Amino acid sequence: MGLVERGEVTAAELHEAYLAAIEARDGELNCYLRTLEEPNGSGIPIALKDVISTRGVETTAGSRILAGYVPVFDATVAERCRAAGLSVLGKTNTDEFAMGSSTENSAYGPSRNPWDPERVPGGSGGGSAAAVSAGLAPWALGSDTGGSIKQPSALCGNVGLRPTYGSVSRYGVVAFASSLDQIGPVARNVRDCALLYGIIAGRDECDSTTVELPEPVRLPEREDLKGVRIGVPREMNEAEGIEPGVAEAVARAIELARELGAEVGECELPRSVEYGLACYYLVAPAEASSNLARYDGVRYGARVAADRFSEMVERTRDAGFGDEPKRRIMLGTYALSAGYYDAFYGQAQKVRTVIAREHAAAFERFDVLVSATSPTVAFRLGERSANPLAMYLSDLLTIPSCMAGLPGLNVPCGLSEGLPVGLQLIGPQFSENRLFEVGHALERALGFDVVPERLR
Amino acid sequence: MSATTSTWQPVIGLEIHVQLKTRTKMFCRCAAGYGGAENTQVCPVCLGHPGALPVMNRTAVEWTIRLGLALGCEIAPRAVFARKNYFYPDLPKGYQISQYDLPSCTNGVVRVPFADGDREISIVRAHLEEDAAKTTHVGGRTGRIGGAEYSLVDFNRGGTPLVEIVTGPDVHSSEEARRFLQLLRQTIVELGISDAEMEKGTLRVDANVSVRPAGSDELRTRCELKNMNSFRFVAQGIDAEVARQIAVYESGGEVVQETYDFDAATGTLTPRRSKEEADDYRYFPEPDLVPVEPPDARRRELRELAAQPLDLDRATVLVTGGLDRLWEATVAAGADGVAAANVIANRLAGVEAAAVDATQLARLVEARDRIPRAAFDEALGRVGEPGFTADPYLAQEAVSDTSELEPIVDRLLEANPGQVAAYRGGKEGLLGFFVGQVMKETGGKANARVVSELVRAKLAEGG
Repeated sequence: MGLVERGEVTAAELHEAYLAAIEARDGELNCYLRTLEEPNGSGIPIALKDVISTRGVETTAGSRILAGYVPVFDATVAERCRAAGLSVLGKTNTDEFAMGSSTENSAYGPSRNPWDPERVPGGSGGGSAAAVSAGLAPWALGSDTGGSIKQPSALCGNVGLRPTYGSVSRYGVVAFASSLDQIGPVARNVRDCALLYGIIAGRDECDSTTVELPEPVRLPEREDLKGVRIGVPREMNEAEGIEPGVAEAVARAIELARELGAEVGECELPRSVEYGLACYYLVAPAEASSNLARYDGVRYGARVAADRFSEMVERTRDAGFGDEPKRRIMLGTYALSAGYYDAFYGQAQKVRTVIAREHAAAFERFDVLVSATSPTVAFRLGERSANPLAMYLSDLLTIPSCMAGLPGLNVPCGLSEGLPVGLQLIGPQFSENRLFEVGHALERALGFDVVPERLR
Repeated sequence: MSATTSTWQPVIGLEIHVQLKTRTKMFCRCAAGYGGAENTQVCPVCLGHPGALPVMNRTAVEWTIRLGLALGCEIAPRAVFARKNYFYPDLPKGYQISQYDLPSCTNGVVRVPFADGDREISIVRAHLEEDAAKTTHVGGRTGRIGGAEYSLVDFNRGGTPLVEIVTGPDVHSSEEARRFLQLLRQTIVELGISDAEMEKGTLRVDANVSVRPAGSDELRTRCELKNMNSFRFVAQGIDAEVARQIAVYESGGEVVQETYDFDAATGTLTPRRSKEEADDYRYFPEPDLVPVEPPDARRRELRELAAQPLDLDRATVLVTGGLDRLWEATVAAGADGVAAANVIANRLAGVEAAAVDATQLARLVEARDRIPRAAFDEALGRVGEPGFTADPYLAQEAVSDTSELEPIVDRLLEANPGQVAAYRGGKEGLLGFFVGQVMKETGGKANARVVSELVRAKLAEGG
């Protein structure tokens, strides 16, 4: 990424080169919902997931209900990218309101996996991940609630970080589940990922849940893993539904870590794995049901007219929301209803504490925990869209650490059936620097080529 | 009192909403309060734009705590904002942010002086929330959303900080309600946290009314009275509802839980159309905010402040949020320390301190007793504007002529025998009540210090 600094290429040339690539190849992949024709920064271009508000540029979160909505303000992360000189290439596709694991829930058609266009790129941030892997953006920002950065990065074969909850501002990011949403970088390698994380992270006074990072972001240098204690949670590596090819690639990566000097041991996260998914599907829809209440057609976005206020709201929401947001609004409304709160939302929040404690106990013995990011490689379009539960299981391994507010890094660790497999590295809160170091050392040793075979 | 009412005892609980006069709104930096053209004091946060997040107004939190202390409440070491979810066009997020099961202030008590002794009215809670936007329903006969041709929404008011005070069912007559409200209003005004004017809606009162056989301690079905926009109307509304319920019971009927709107023109109550289903607000803790956890030391400071008259040390404790430098500069420019601290903490909280010319502020503070209250208030409202000078305000003189003020004072003392008796019985805090009434009568033009001395002298005379 030193080309611009060294003056070998101008920022404008770079922006235009990426636009040309998008023009040539995005017809097939549908990574972008819209592009910005004019270079708008002095540095490297970047793609932003369409849940990130961009002043003057339509932001839809993949939903019809926000069609035509043009924010009057930049999200803090967009502002920080611009302040760093990054030139916004465009807004990338996402499952509607970031609800999904394949981008098939986007109101604007699914994105496709650059390794095999018959397959999904994962989701919800499939547009950002596919764009980075296909060379349609050097890096991108995504958002992760239960795996929406890590899982698409795994399926597309690149590096994605879901940061510690509270380290990156959510201000201006269309909310899905406020106590879980985090913004994070997607890049071709760990160092780029760390660089972009350094640009967006840190306290923002517009987001009360953010804090100052305890230490500055460091670009990883180490090539060995001497003294690093790596824990392998048994339940996450023996979970039902992990494909053999995925398990093999993960086992090889763990073996490689040992060769690089890491001390590898087994640990347990029984309740995190058993209850994580169920707990997530109470907390996230509950918060979503409230966060999505503002889309009523009164002030912005789409509106379906009617004679009465309540009828206008009903029609607007019926026409504007797709099936998945409707499903989650109903689930969440039920979970928060009088008489059910204690049994559902209240109980789920208590289970979160249990999950956080279980992870904390594991981190007394280990520096980093590893597992597969996704139990499977990229699946075919349509394969799971008729079965929400099968789709929800895509996030089985990414959800537990999200519930505990912990950072997670996906690093590609090999191929299975010619498709990328992702390794998930989990650390304690604010251990991003450690994750980058481990990820960087493994990445060098693995030598994974992030360019899809068919594009080489 | 008729034979009938003496066999029945009214049981009344009050819910009071107080709009705080902070500079900025509860969760964003928009100007709070009246004055702007419709929908000009708005931003992505108070319009509920996608991704916008609330940031707590610390002044509003502190003022709520000070009010709670004045009402004898316990101050929670940890208060939590929740989301109250419902759809209405005045609520741009689809939920209102409000303290719910963990409010800032609980378990207080207010003693209301009466000639025959104090009445104790318990304060169940005082909590902080954001106000909804203002709606105007056009067309139709009811002035409500059902039947209106269209509705206009002004979001300037949306997001203004509001304290809700809930009393226990300890009020037993319309007169007790009226006196309690007067005392509460006076306390609020003296704290400098709200204008608390019912006509302007900065003080709103709902009453929950039931009756029971005298001597019983049961709580029967209650009805809620809304839309009473003066103390007099509150008293009228309560009297009408008490009479209605007694008539229902005496004719062998049962009171049905219902909400009534008070119609000032006719002095009557109209039932609101009952909803088909009970409201379910689906409260849950607001995940975009962190809990309010004032440090022990700060809570102790505020408690001590509430207990004693201000001296310099304690007054400066009130000055927070970057205003301490302004206070130092204002004192350096010649203002009295206590007075400057009072003005800055109570009147300039939320203003950008760097924009204020301390010299001009010092001149205003020093002239505070000489110039009319209205001029002083207006000047404070503009003190942060570029190029502000105190000159035009200092040129105005307050009415200090006792021959002009005396008749007004006499008239007021005559009109409020209860308060006069209470003052003479030792409730010297009521001095502020009388001064406030005189200021109101004179449109803020009287010299407050002269009025205060005059009232004190008059009350001492008759004792």
